[in-house]
Amino acid sequence: MDTESIRMLATAATIAIGVIGPAIAIGRIGSESTSAIGRNPEAAPKIQTAMILAIAFAEALAIYALVIALIIKFT
Amino acid sequence: MSEISLRAEEIFRVGNYTVTNALLLSTLSLVALAALGLTLKRRLRMVPDMFQNVFETALDALLGLMDSVLGDRKKSERYLPLVATIFLFILFSNWLGLLPGVGSIVVHEGNRTVPLLRSPAADLNFTLALAIVAVLSINILGVAAIGAAKHAKKFFNFKNPIEFFVGILELISEFAKMVSFSFRLFGNVFAGEVLLTIMAFLVPYLVPLPFLFLELFVGMIQAFIFAMLTLVFIASAVTEHHG
Repeated sequence: MDTESIRMLATAATIAIGVIGPAIAIGRIGSESTSAIGRNPEAAPKIQTAMILAIAFAEALAIYALVIALIIKFT
Repeated sequence: MSEISLRAEEIFRVGNYTVTNALLLSTLSLVALAALGLTLKRRLRMVPDMFQNVFETALDALLGLMDSVLGDRKKSERYLPLVATIFLFILFSNWLGLLPGVGSIVVHEGNRTVPLLRSPAADLNFTLALAIVAVLSINILGVAAIGAAKHAKKFFNFKNPIEFFVGILELISEFAKMVSFSFRLFGNVFAGEVLLTIMAFLVPYLVPLPFLFLELFVGMIQAFIFAMLTLVFIASAVTEHHG
């Protein structure tokens, strides 16, 4: 296969495999936070802040995969 | 469809210094923020009008949020300028990058066409500079709060081998923070720009609307996350090691 095809396949595979982990992580963070808020509605602001922070960390990993995919595609 | 380029394109040079389209828009964002600040300052009254009221409410909410992380109001007021500046600068840069004209107004550089304006955070230089400023400030504020010896002890801990290893990992994690801050913001904004360009190219009418809303939301969330993460790391840097 020539480099152009490999490049396209590499781009698609990088982003497709790279977001599986963060997707599972964000799902679990969301579900645990909502059940924590359900158990203790008074602590909702604290839990929400912690949840948003944790989701940001998890999303950053998906963004790393996206950046590598973009680098492969555009250079 | 114009070329999608990973790096910000150069518009003109001043001597040996290249001015890129992202730099141009970030300067405009700076001017807008400065104008807003000066207007607010000139219209300050003891009995606030609506303009001042909006900013007082926002400031109160932000200080309350920082209180919940830092613990007391004095600390919040001390670290408010850094956190609020990071938030407002990134917010204005992201939102100004959504206006019509960004990416579509082009200049002709020799034989190629280059967009005149580009979202500032879609340039890795911008995000890397902010990330370095944030991480350096976190460490400097930590030293200013608890002293250089105690701050250094967090990284070079000779109590036992495990603590030593953890300290070295903490040191490496400071550099990982720089990378993670810059790439999180860059990835989000650049991907958003590419998405908007491709959507506008595929279906120019109506369909880009939900994506514009998404980018509005993402721009605000990323500014908030950058500022909040800086705040949380400052909070952990100015407290003594629990040990």
